[in-house]
Amino acid sequence: MPPAVETTGLRKAYGDLPVLESLDLRVEEGTVFALLGPNGAGKTTTVRILATLTRPDAGHARVAGYDVVAERSRVRRAISLTGQFAAVDEMQTGAENLRMTARLSGLSRPAAGRRAAELLERFGLADAGGRRVKTYSGGMRRRLDLAAGLVRDPGETAVVFLDEPTTGLDPRSRQELWEIVRDLSEGGTTVFLTTQYLEEADRLADRVAVMDAGRILAEGTAQDLKSRVAGHRLDLVLRDRESYLRLTGRAVHHSPESLTLGIPTDGSAREVRALLDALDPDRTDVVRFALHTATLDDVFLTLTAKEPTHV
Amino acid sequence: MSETLAVPGALTVTGTMAGRAIRLSRRNIDAVITSMMLPVMLMLIFVYFFGGAIDTGTRYVTYVVPGVLLLCAGFGSASTAVSVSEDMKGGIIDRFRTLDVGGTPILAGHVGASVARNLLATALVFGVAFLIGFRPSATVSGWLAAIGLLLAFITAISWLSAAVGLLARSPEAAGGATFFMMFLPYPSSAFVPIDTMPGWLHGFARHQPVTPVIESLRGLLLDQPVGATPWIALAWCAGILAVAVAASGGLFRLRTR
Repeated sequence: MPPAVETTGLRKAYGDLPVLESLDLRVEEGTVFALLGPNGAGKTTTVRILATLTRPDAGHARVAGYDVVAERSRVRRAISLTGQFAAVDEMQTGAENLRMTARLSGLSRPAAGRRAAELLERFGLADAGGRRVKTYSGGMRRRLDLAAGLVRDPGETAVVFLDEPTTGLDPRSRQELWEIVRDLSEGGTTVFLTTQYLEEADRLADRVAVMDAGRILAEGTAQDLKSRVAGHRLDLVLRDRESYLRLTGRAVHHSPESLTLGIPTDGSAREVRALLDALDPDRTDVVRFALHTATLDDVFLTLTAKEPTHV
Repeated sequence: MSETLAVPGALTVTGTMAGRAIRLSRRNIDAVITSMMLPVMLMLIFVYFFGGAIDTGTRYVTYVVPGVLLLCAGFGSASTAVSVSEDMKGGIIDRFRTLDVGGTPILAGHVGASVARNLLATALVFGVAFLIGFRPSATVSGWLAAIGLLLAFITAISWLSAAVGLLARSPEAAGGATFFMMFLPYPSSAFVPIDTMPGWLHGFARHQPVTPVIESLRGLLLDQPVGATPWIALAWCAGILAVAVAASGGLFRLRTR
């Protein structure tokens, strides 16, 4: 079974601006994969290349076993894409959008009508199906967009790409979208999503790749990543501003208003003790401390920090 | 459940795209009505305000209707540029591309809607023209030839307008860039005989694409001999269409790299 997504040495630049620098990715079939990174990391460009909308400058990418450049049409028939901007017509109703998409996917007119009705039902839009999309809320729009990507038989769509699917959604809509992703995954569809939210990657994804400035900084399960960087974070509350500033370079987490710094550690008593001694030899600067299990946030900040952190 | 997945034929895709474009036009009815009313208003202005001062050798309304029809086609087709530009700006173009719908069916859909809108507008112009005294003496074949030529012209400039929509960076710019389509009937025989224009303009006015179309329509509707003019007009339409289709194909690829 070929991987659902595989890229080797993928490069892309817009003019002089490099966006992707030799990207290597591998996503196994039936898994949920999250590409995690800040704005401008190259996440959207990656998805656009994989979804055949943008050509790479160099390197290769295969989706569902097909080359995204040479076998573009085959790839297009195997994927669906929901981008950051709803790809639906505002002035058509939800049902009209879905019927149109279904017709363009090769369904007959009656089949398109049935599929549109099924999808509206499944995505909680049955009552809104006859209304123009411009009257929809952000969450409804996103759900309709996702539905439009799934007009083929569920089994026909091998890989679903979701580019920042929950950006700009309220918490309830976000939960609903997470449910949909889990349903898709249970049905055997591979889901490739991008996100800026560590919580989202942590909750949904089997594997997470952390991306910044066109490169993959780390890849693994959320658990792997947390332990790879440092399993725990030692939060120190410092006596004054002076001691805070002295130690700030060592921290991955900064909270100047509460004079708190977070330092990565493996969490063992020995290392914590040694760390405290090393950071505060006179035993005067650290007022209190607390030990937390590292969050993906910590991983992310450690990996994307501009200055190297030494522990 | 496998009622799916024949690759949809080109006709199905183009038909679906045209259906969409017509639905979008119907929901932007204000703009459609404006583009239909303007030529009618201009016809009334020309006939009642200017017409008395213009000597064309016939009743002025009879002279001016073919020109108004082309003016109307210009107004009606110009909005194609805006629609195409709006598609290119929004996320919908990504949806179409991931569904493997190419540029040609997308543009053909808009052109189809433009032809449909223009047929309505043409009917309105004819209707008002009849009310104010336009009395054509065309034979049945003359009518058919005139309508056919008008359709060819509308199709050609609609596609040209679509190409402008791909060229423009925003729908607003696209709307502005189509002015030449609305302007082109003026330096022609549409409203005044070319002989009354300054000499330096004669060459352009006689040989620009709109003039043979207008002369043909006038001849066909009034059942006068037209000679080879309709063929020259058709050749212009075919040429414009060919250039517009080729250019828009290239522009679409450029815009979606």
